[in-house]
Amino acid sequence: MSNPLTREQHLELYYFMQLNRQLEERMVRLFRQNKIVGGLYSSLGQEAVSVGSCYPLEKKDWIAPMIRNVGALLVKGVPPRDIFTQHMAKYTSPTQGKDGTSHFGDLKVRHIVSPISMLGDLIPVMTGVAMAGRYLGQNIVALTWIGDGGSSTGAFHEGLNLAAQQRAPFVLIVENNQWAYSTPVSRQVPVKNLADRAVAYGIRSWIVDGNDVLAVYNASKEAVDECRAGRGPALIEVKTMRMRGHAQHDPAEYVPKQMFDYWKARDPITLYEKYLTENKIWDSKAKAEIDARIERELDVEQKFAEDSPMPPPELAEEGVYCDGCHEIEAAWQRPKAEVMPPRCSIEPGWQVKDYGSYAEVEAITKQIAAPVVAGGGNGSKVAKPVVKSGGKPPQKQQPRLAEPETPDIPRVPFGRGPKDKSVRETQNPRDRHQNPRDKRGRR
Amino acid sequence: MAPITMIEGIRQAMFEEMDRDPAVVAIGEDIGVYGGAFKATEGLLAKFGRERVIETPISETAIVGAACGMGFLGLRPVAEMQFIDFIACCFNQVTNFVAKSHYLWGAPVPMVIRGPSGGGVHGGPFHSANPEMYFVHTPGLKIIYPSTPSDAKGLLKSAIRDNNPVLFFEHKFLYRRIKEEVPEGDHLVPIGKAIVRREGTDLTIISYAAMAHTSMEAAEQLAKEGIEAEVIDLRTLLPLDRETILTSVKKTNKLLIVHEDTRTGGIAGEIAAIVCEGAFEDLDGPIARVTGLDTPVPYAPTLEERFLPNTEKIVAAARELAKY
Ligand SMILES: Cc1ncc(C[n+]2csc(CCOP(=O)(O)OP(=O)(O)O)c2C)c(N)n1
Ligand SMILES: [Mg+2]
Repeated sequence: MSNPLTREQHLELYYFMQLNRQLEERMVRLFRQNKIVGGLYSSLGQEAVSVGSCYPLEKKDWIAPMIRNVGALLVKGVPPRDIFTQHMAKYTSPTQGKDGTSHFGDLKVRHIVSPISMLGDLIPVMTGVAMAGRYLGQNIVALTWIGDGGSSTGAFHEGLNLAAQQRAPFVLIVENNQWAYSTPVSRQVPVKNLADRAVAYGIRSWIVDGNDVLAVYNASKEAVDECRAGRGPALIEVKTMRMRGHAQHDPAEYVPKQMFDYWKARDPITLYEKYLTENKIWDSKAKAEIDARIERELDVEQKFAEDSPMPPPELAEEGVYCDGCHEIEAAWQRPKAEVMPPRCSIEPGWQVKDYGSYAEVEAITKQIAAPVVAGGGNGSKVAKPVVKSGGKPPQKQQPRLAEPETPDIPRVPFGRGPKDKSVRETQNPRDRHQNPRDKRGRR
Repeated sequence: MAPITMIEGIRQAMFEEMDRDPAVVAIGEDIGVYGGAFKATEGLLAKFGRERVIETPISETAIVGAACGMGFLGLRPVAEMQFIDFIACCFNQVTNFVAKSHYLWGAPVPMVIRGPSGGGVHGGPFHSANPEMYFVHTPGLKIIYPSTPSDAKGLLKSAIRDNNPVLFFEHKFLYRRIKEEVPEGDHLVPIGKAIVRREGTDLTIISYAAMAHTSMEAAEQLAKEGIEAEVIDLRTLLPLDRETILTSVKKTNKLLIVHEDTRTGGIAGEIAAIVCEGAFEDLDGPIARVTGLDTPVPYAPTLEERFLPNTEKIVAAARELAKY
């Protein structure tokens, strides 16, 4: 797990992971006290993913969290009170009580796009963020997460394909926590590694131990750097485990006990603590200080949230439209003249590299080495798009029978026109096909 | 200025706005080299280049999602649906992401989705839709459906400058069938304002898009029979111009609503409710409506004609109403 991080950064990673965990533990208690208005999702066991993947980002970069990415919000500078108040539907929350969980954003300062519940939809949106950032010359990277379950949505495919086609500076972290609600990953997708999907988009991918915060950090750093250098997008699959039910209401009885045991032994915070100790990056005193700081901070933040009022009812009627309440001003980091005529004008038309014939593909395939498989752990092997010939040359096609089958299928009248009505009235339905007007067969 | 078609008005709006503001970009399928299925964006790529005229794969969800993301960074994307029917494919992005952002977390989404809509050109059940009411029922969106070249141009320009997501429906039957002189200069038409196309005293006909023209034809025919209809073209469906509607009904005391969209859940029902709330005492007869059938838009010309409202149907309904 060697890496170029400083001691302070190492300790900060611990701080954020532990803050993530303690914050969520407090929310579980608040939930049991009926102080959380809606559902409560937990990222127990996945703290290394949120923290490690967000940590390499710069202040100007954009993220969009999913429900289990509280840790990423903390890394981005969101104060814990925002997460408490969101869950408690308080007026002081970032959405003033209009939405809950991690459903809030910050366009101006922290550059966070609020998620919506519909899984997958952030992927095209963050692709657009990445494209706009590039267009404005901001040199930003946009990063979001998707669950193993959410990776089956159409928006995932459309978004990633567009990102790839646009070469957008966009990083997608596929959080494979083995379960989508009650369904194991093996019953959702027919591939072992979700990172294999990347091949279909012709983009780079990594497979990482999601319980190893430094491994997640290293891969994410590399992916972010690649994107910033114009070689995006990138996909990282992290292997981890959801250590609670889908949400508080779900006891997760469908998860084999041994599976929990297996992953409990690989708890990301315990593993990292061990690493810090073994490598003499900290001692018990340093740990105690950080832990105490976390408690102190959370005490203040939680009290703030508990003392906050609910939103006034009339707020429900406000804010459907932007009636001049926001000034929309893009932050240009390049001369506007570059994208204005005459400088942006071009000779329109496509350049086609080859003609796409089978013969051409065959010729190219002969020059290409065997497929490269994506690597694991701290490694960062690249999955290259592979041109496949499909094995054997195609069999000579049998000439197709020219004559299509024309079974005498009755055209069942489904309109309400007068003719159909008479058909219905005068005939036994079984004899319907003998009606001459049905002899035409199906269209 | 020489008269122009509606498609030309739309094209001019795109050129003028992209020329005026580098934050305006176009995104959609086949909108660049080819210039769009109906040529609404012809010439845009040559003038503004690939960074601003973004040709995408066939991915409506990605188009709208990406446009939304661009909007968060202060761009003003104009997304084209090749046919508005395909907006069904990105319904979720439009109704859950785009429409709710400002209300929920104060993130305005300054984007436009525009696309060819409506029937009458034998496009069949998947290229003739009027899906406006799915979206009129979605708080946070603005919905425009113009009927003339100058309104199309002026409203599209206003839509691009609006801070809210705007759905801009373009009736493809009208694209090249009518020509009109468009005012010179920076021609803007305000969103949310209906227009009285014809003054009358005996009854009010409220309509929009292609049916605004059909209603005008019907009104001319009715005039020959001595019935003077006032014709209102809504132009914007959300937010609705209640004031113009109520003022007219209070004057004529009778209301006929005409739309090409299907009947159940069409905007006629909403307008009827508005009039009952705001001008019930002024009504001298039942609120009448002439609408598309409650069916998909069928393909065969004989069937589609049956589906669509036409002058005869409007005249007949108006005659009945005038008797009260
Ligand atoms: C499009 C969509 N369908 C269904 C749901 C309901 N739902 C919420 S979370 C969830 C499971 C998600 O699993 P996964 O993507 O693996 O994320 P995880 O909960 O494991 O972090 C489901 C089915 C949803 N939010 N969005
Ligand atoms: Mg999962």
